[in-house]
Amino acid sequence: MSKGVMTRRNLLRASGSLVAASTLAGCDQFDFLGQRDHKVRDVLESANSLTYRVQRMLLGPNALAPEYAASEIRQGQRPNGSTNPQTAEYLALKANDFADYRLKITGLVEREVSFSLDELRRMTARTQITRHDCVEGWSCIAKWTGTPLSVLLKEAGVKAGAKFAVFYCYDVLGGGLSGGEAYYESCDLIDANHPQTIAAYGLNDEVLPVSNGAPVRVRIERALGYKQPKYVYEIELAATNTQLGQGQGSYWADHGYDWYAGI
Amino acid sequence: MADERAEKRPRKSRDGLVYRQSIWTRVTHWVWAVCLFFLLLTGLQIFNAHPTLYVGQESGFEYNNAILSMTAENTADGPRGYTTVFGHKFDSTGLFGLSGPRPSVQGFPGWATIPSYRDLGTGRVVHFFFAWVFVGTMLIWLVASVANKHLWRDVVPKGRDLRRIGQDIRDHLRLRFDHGAKYNVLQKLSYSVVLLVLFPLMVLTGLSMSPAMNAAWPWLLEIFGGRQSARTLHFAVMLLLVGFFIIHILMVVAAGPINELRSMITGWYRVKKTETKSDE
Repeated sequence: MSKGVMTRRNLLRASGSLVAASTLAGCDQFDFLGQRDHKVRDVLESANSLTYRVQRMLLGPNALAPEYAASEIRQGQRPNGSTNPQTAEYLALKANDFADYRLKITGLVEREVSFSLDELRRMTARTQITRHDCVEGWSCIAKWTGTPLSVLLKEAGVKAGAKFAVFYCYDVLGGGLSGGEAYYESCDLIDANHPQTIAAYGLNDEVLPVSNGAPVRVRIERALGYKQPKYVYEIELAATNTQLGQGQGSYWADHGYDWYAGI
Repeated sequence: MADERAEKRPRKSRDGLVYRQSIWTRVTHWVWAVCLFFLLLTGLQIFNAHPTLYVGQESGFEYNNAILSMTAENTADGPRGYTTVFGHKFDSTGLFGLSGPRPSVQGFPGWATIPSYRDLGTGRVVHFFFAWVFVGTMLIWLVASVANKHLWRDVVPKGRDLRRIGQDIRDHLRLRFDHGAKYNVLQKLSYSVVLLVLFPLMVLTGLSMSPAMNAAWPWLLEIFGGRQSARTLHFAVMLLLVGFFIIHILMVVAAGPINELRSMITGWYRVKKTETKSDE
């Protein structure tokens, strides 16, 4: 048998090299990856489109996000992001309890249409108890009621050539000299026509509160929470989704997050 | 048995060196090493966005299903960081909850995350890039290791390996290492647990956190008991892999780092003369 080569000195040396290795990790030498226009980051971001394509392959257009029993609603829906928009337009609508609100469908459609809250409530409704997964890592189960987006899109008649549904929202995030950026979102037509994608006006059997996106919040249940736009006033059908903001397709994509948000 | 014969077949050798690691084993080893480095540090960045772990489907905000939490509080002595594990609360100022030269409220300290500052978006971009490379490397390793018999011949422990476990533990405790051409039973056990249990668990618990994958493969949530349980398991597997890494490095240094590194770079490993005759 071999003689042991582990002496106390070797053990100390080993521990020393471990400490050295861990301090090496403790540097900011990878902070350049946070630069949005860095070439290396562009390469790493290609993984996002790979994820999108592979998940679209694995997911049938109608595979449903898990739905839960009423007994699994154990708490209110935790609000996050904008919870109280302050734009003049929104405040005026809110003062009148959204009686003057209209959800507009525009862009590449046969006819531009719009719906009041009462009209939406009289249309086909879908209620679903789903899990909201925040990109931060937490989850919350709640019951959402609304009009399937596919119903609204059918009313408008989507023209050939439309590839994205773009959602315009009343809330403005950020601030500073530029005065903040209007929140917007976009999804492909697979997500837009998905049976669980709804223009939600109800939450846990009550009217959708301001903190959760009143009067209308779009639910795209197979995506993370940041892809569930609140305070939506217009849905535009478009051939591209790069004409807005910084061109990445959504407010959060403009801020370094994956546009598709499937993982 | 064919496998028995394969094991008895003499290995290529020259000047006391045996060819121990195939090119597949060596390349996948180093690609994994790079991937795991970035996956760990970006994983801690992602964890820091919400440094609490729960069991079940959702996170309890109006009830308590948390099992680990890193927080900060203002006290009479100024701000302090706390870690709560299974209801036991510890002061972890400087490490968890509150850390940094200008103390900031964060789960893990900046030196343990990529980027070093709070940037969830970047953490996710880097994490998912290396996750893809990691999974691709796993598939390449699996195909190659089945094809060249590395998996069955060298990694999977057999009955006769397990019968030696008592002796092997005694040898390790006396810091006497076997320098045969083959892995000893503790090596086989730890490598097979890491490669065949922890790596797949890491990938599957990671996929369980994807809302799109939950729609595609609803069974993922069922086997792990919910999305938040999957997230907690993902974290627990990370701890086990970090533990493996520490022991792995200590063992490499203890067993002769030059020889071990040479075999993982060139494939050639120096076998102790006394053992070449019976390297079983």
